[in-house]
Amino acid sequence: MMKRIIVGIKRVVDYNVRIRVKPDGSGVALDGVKMSVNPFDEIALEEAIRIKERGLAEEVVVASVGPTDCQAQLRTCLAMGADRALHVHSDTPTEPLTTARILLKLIEREQPFLVLLGKQAIDDDNGQTGQMLAALWARPQATFASKIVLAEGKAQVTREVDAGLETLEVDLPAVVTADLRLNEPRYVKLPEIMKAKRKPLETLSVESLGITPRVQLRTVRVDPPPQRQKGMLVENAAELIAALKAKGLLAS
Amino acid sequence: MSAAILIVAEHDGSTLAAGTAKCVACAATVAQAEITVLVCASDAAAVARQAAQLQGVHRVLTVEHPVHAHPLAAAIAPQIAALAAPYTHVFGPSSTFGKDLMPRIAALLETAQVSDIMAVESPRRFRRPIYAGNAIVTVEVPEDAKVVGTVRTASFPAAGTGGSARIENVAPPAEPPAHTRFVSSSAAKSDRPDLQTAARVISGGRALGSAEAFQMLYRLADKLGAAVGASRAAVDAGYAPNELQVGQTGKIIAPELYVAIGISGAIQHLTGIKDARTIVAINKDPQAPIFEVADIGLVGNLFEIVPQIEKLL
Ligand SMILES: Cc1cc2nc3c(=O)[nH]c(=O)nc-3n(C[C@H](O)[C@H](O)[C@H](O)COP(=O)(O)OP(=O)(O)OC[C@H]3O[C@@H](n4cnc5c(N)ncnc54)[C@H](O)[C@@H]3O)c2cc1C
Ligand SMILES: Nc1ncnc2c1ncn2[C@@H]1O[C@H](COP(=O)(O)O)[C@@H](O)[C@H]1O
Repeated sequence: MMKRIIVGIKRVVDYNVRIRVKPDGSGVALDGVKMSVNPFDEIALEEAIRIKERGLAEEVVVASVGPTDCQAQLRTCLAMGADRALHVHSDTPTEPLTTARILLKLIEREQPFLVLLGKQAIDDDNGQTGQMLAALWARPQATFASKIVLAEGKAQVTREVDAGLETLEVDLPAVVTADLRLNEPRYVKLPEIMKAKRKPLETLSVESLGITPRVQLRTVRVDPPPQRQKGMLVENAAELIAALKAKGLLAS
Repeated sequence: MSAAILIVAEHDGSTLAAGTAKCVACAATVAQAEITVLVCASDAAAVARQAAQLQGVHRVLTVEHPVHAHPLAAAIAPQIAALAAPYTHVFGPSSTFGKDLMPRIAALLETAQVSDIMAVESPRRFRRPIYAGNAIVTVEVPEDAKVVGTVRTASFPAAGTGGSARIENVAPPAEPPAHTRFVSSSAAKSDRPDLQTAARVISGGRALGSAEAFQMLYRLADKLGAAVGASRAAVDAGYAPNELQVGQTGKIIAPELYVAIGISGAIQHLTGIKDARTIVAINKDPQAPIFEVADIGLVGNLFEIVPQIEKLL
């Protein structure tokens, strides 16, 4: 059987964009906003490609659930070095549990030995899909990975946790979610973008996978965050200390 | 209808983590809540005693199994899922422990999760940050679903102590899987205040330029009884260890005083400090975005200013 890695890719608002909340509170203004591959997914993909380059995997498959537009991000991933792309078409955003159910169907079809996702998507900041997928699949999870070492049938994953670093050993197949320091993704070169146009990209419908999307959470409204008042400027260290004392933050 | 809330305790085997008291405070804002804290441990006695003292806790449940000597989500989630039936809500802290664990529980319960709860509007309606805190969404969980959520600990005070809830031991309802094993952890032990709970935090950015220069911040922090934090750029450059990172992908903190030194104020960094009471910025660039949120700003060279402050303290 082909040694395969599946990488989950979400199309999100580029991390450099300063988003605006719509005045009617219905959501975030997305018209004409630059979209990109979720940065953590780019890191997950880079890791998958490196594993393949080391001869430890034979095929890297990227998968994205989303509107037709997310094929642009899948093409970027093919240009980065993925071999094949799966696009599961959904015009409405899917909740993490539904996304996980869909990814599980793809896993059953593709039989990967490793599934790499980002630790969170930077639009909804949910940070749920990988853990949900691992639960539904009844397989190990190693979240917030900063290092992955593969051995026969196993992986040692170093995780970034609040106290420092933790290392787990998991049996494969498993779900691993990427943290920022796992690697630095490569830049895509122009010839690769041309070549990527010829790589296979298959589109599937949610229904064809036997899934009925469930929307559980109702969005009541979206508000801008409370703004902090612009404060004062001081001239030097002595004035700074005086200002802190005046606020009662330093003993006078 | 009253709410029965189950809170998953975070601990290191002997001490209850501060985030648990914050989950209790969050749960206590749900109307008519009856709060149960659940401790999964290899030996739960000490942690259970601490949980029983938290104000507002009605009951503490303990599940003891050798595998719970380390907090493995794959081992804990099935225990919680098996015990969750009588509860309307299951909460955990939005620490790396809770972020790892709670979605696994939610999936086993086939329910959606509300991540990073920052305010409770009603028993089923919550406010949470999205887009790195640049928007706040209010979401509602339907009546027929259990509420599973992580609590943004920076948004809540810690519940007080002095309570005396009863403690009950229950046999592990599920056999933990063998596919996930703890290998090691490198928790950096330090005598300094903990970044996540400290009242004062001194943070350094890329401008520090070296790990040696960061020592200057440690000295200042020691004088102020402060914890030390860092921007991602400073961590990536190796000036500070990764557990000091503050921001969207690091720690979200709410100290009384936050001092940002040589940090530009990228949105991903600001996400981590939005709830700080007072923000002080020292930066040589008057246009740096950090000044838009700083209560007190000082434009200048940190290598001159920091030693001056140290001398004046
Ligand atoms: C998905 C994602 C997640 C991220 N998560 C985080 C996160 O959790 N936390 C985080 O911090 N970042 C995060 N980042 C990175 C973030 O976008 C910024 O790159 C980072 O915060 C910049 O760090 P900095 O302010 O130290 O460096 P810079 O932006 O380089 O700023 C250095 C500042 O120092 C000032 N300076 C230089 N010399 C001096 C001097 N001698 N005296 C005084 N001032 C001086 C400069 O004027 C400048 O403003 C994330 C990025 C992405 C894409
Ligand atoms: N629509 C999607 N299609 C493919 N992968 C996704 C999708 N949504 C989330 N993921 C993956 O799950 C990770 C965590 O997302 P989230 O739980 O939404 O924060 C992301 O970094 C992706 O790797």
